[in-house]
Amino acid sequence: MEKISDVTCLFCGVTCDDLEVFVEGDTIKEVKNACILGKATFMNHKADVAIPRIKGKETSIEACIEASAEILSQSHFPLIYGLASTECNAQRKAIELADLIGASIDTTSSVCHSPSLQAIQTVGDSTCTLGEIKNRADLLVFWGCNPAEAHPRHFTRYSVTPKGYFVPRGKKDRQVILVDVRKTPSAKAADQFIQIRPGSDYEVLTAMRALLKGEELEVEEVGGVPISTLKSLLEKLKTCKFGSIHWGMGLTMSRGKHMNVMALLLLARDLNRFTKVVASPMRGHGNVVGIATVLTWQTGYPFAVNLSRGFPQYNPGEFSSVDLLARREADAALIIAADAFANFPRAAAEHLSRIPTIAIDAKESMTTKIATVVIPTAQAGISAPGLAYRMDHIPIPVKKVVDSPYPSDQEVLKRIIEKVRSKLQNRV
Amino acid sequence: MSQSKFILITGRTTKQGTTIHVGKESPEFVEETSTVEMNEADMKRKNLQDGDLILVKSEYGRAILKCKKSDIPEGLIFLAYGLPVSSLIGTDTQSIGMPDSKGLEVEIEKYGENK
Ligand code: SF4
Repeated sequence: MEKISDVTCLFCGVTCDDLEVFVEGDTIKEVKNACILGKATFMNHKADVAIPRIKGKETSIEACIEASAEILSQSHFPLIYGLASTECNAQRKAIELADLIGASIDTTSSVCHSPSLQAIQTVGDSTCTLGEIKNRADLLVFWGCNPAEAHPRHFTRYSVTPKGYFVPRGKKDRQVILVDVRKTPSAKAADQFIQIRPGSDYEVLTAMRALLKGEELEVEEVGGVPISTLKSLLEKLKTCKFGSIHWGMGLTMSRGKHMNVMALLLLARDLNRFTKVVASPMRGHGNVVGIATVLTWQTGYPFAVNLSRGFPQYNPGEFSSVDLLARREADAALIIAADAFANFPRAAAEHLSRIPTIAIDAKESMTTKIATVVIPTAQAGISAPGLAYRMDHIPIPVKKVVDSPYPSDQEVLKRIIEKVRSKLQNRV
Repeated sequence: MSQSKFILITGRTTKQGTTIHVGKESPEFVEETSTVEMNEADMKRKNLQDGDLILVKSEYGRAILKCKKSDIPEGLIFLAYGLPVSSLIGTDTQSIGMPDSKGLEVEIEKYGENK
């Protein structure tokens, strides 16, 4: 059995790069240091692997690439979506393809943290790396997120328990507060749990900003939280040495969405009059920060970008996938390393089964089930190397640990681009 | 709020995150993403036992799911991300790209007994 060290896990945005993977031939036998989610990612690498097919009929990868190039070169309003569970070189190729065919390109951020991206674009953010949080944060607030189940090693590697330079006793030197609508398993790691009413985040955060400015509120509670609790939370935030607020989809998916995140970012900004406070989103299914970063450096925008006019246009609501599909505008779709059909509201997802849809994925999914063309690939981080961005925008190399019979996402996209290019040239 | 109306909270669970790798059609994943967590008092009021089937209806769709008790607050129900969640949410994003995926009002009816 061969041991491979310093392996990176691509399942969540903690992007752990200290895994030890034991392999025999093309099979992973054991994984050390990973959490239960990371372990499941590696140990099930051979489960439910996708099969190359066109209209349900098994065929060669080459035939699938040809069929995809034909669909994309004929399309008038193609959508390219996904790109979270792959690495940055494949993401670059997807953008090159979008530019070539004048597509709308959108990422899984669209239905997770796009409200956070829009809030940051509007009011800016006070932020830092996870390394700083590990070494400095003596107060941690987790708001509308459940790291215990979504980012399991965040607590042990960076935020709650690790010993840091200015917090040498680890958890004993830190206070942890969880704010949520229900007591999630993350509450076990917290010193205090504050339960708020669903949909009241904006009100609660705005009330906190008013209290911080010295306003008195003529109410007993806001969003189900007594004013005295909000005041004591503010006192803790004002008097800590380094406060770190983390938010999740409890803010981005609930009423208010980007406004909720804006209120939180402004509260963090206001708190910097008293002490150092940072705020950062709990990003990441896979390398979703990678595609936001690559798309931003190439087009200027992190999601919902349209390239049909030869230059990038950004307009959430117009070029974001759910809206675009719900209005039945796209006439072809290329879904890469994501399960759009499963994750979109049904009425939007159904349009994918009306139009020619191409799915590039290592695994079978609900999208591969309805796709016209399915192209299996070597799974990034398991059978394809590359680069990924951690949730705090730190780039981390991704290793290959076992061989796959299939080409990588990057290779498949490169071959589609070559074919589309020659089809478009022949047409002129 | 009438007794049949609840607020649906969606999210990840450890089981959803591990079984997804076994396969989206695997019995483990399907079970996890079609089981609703409910408060015990709400279940009693609706005459529900662990494992009973319920019909969950939103403005946009419906799903027949299992229920099980948890320590979720009264008036809320929780469902892990998966196909049933997607069948309950709508496409209105208020022009920002993100549908209303958490905090949706739904109605619940008993559909069948645990067999
Ligand atoms: S915390 Fe995230 S990146 Fe780290 S092992 Fe678990 S799933 Fe993988």
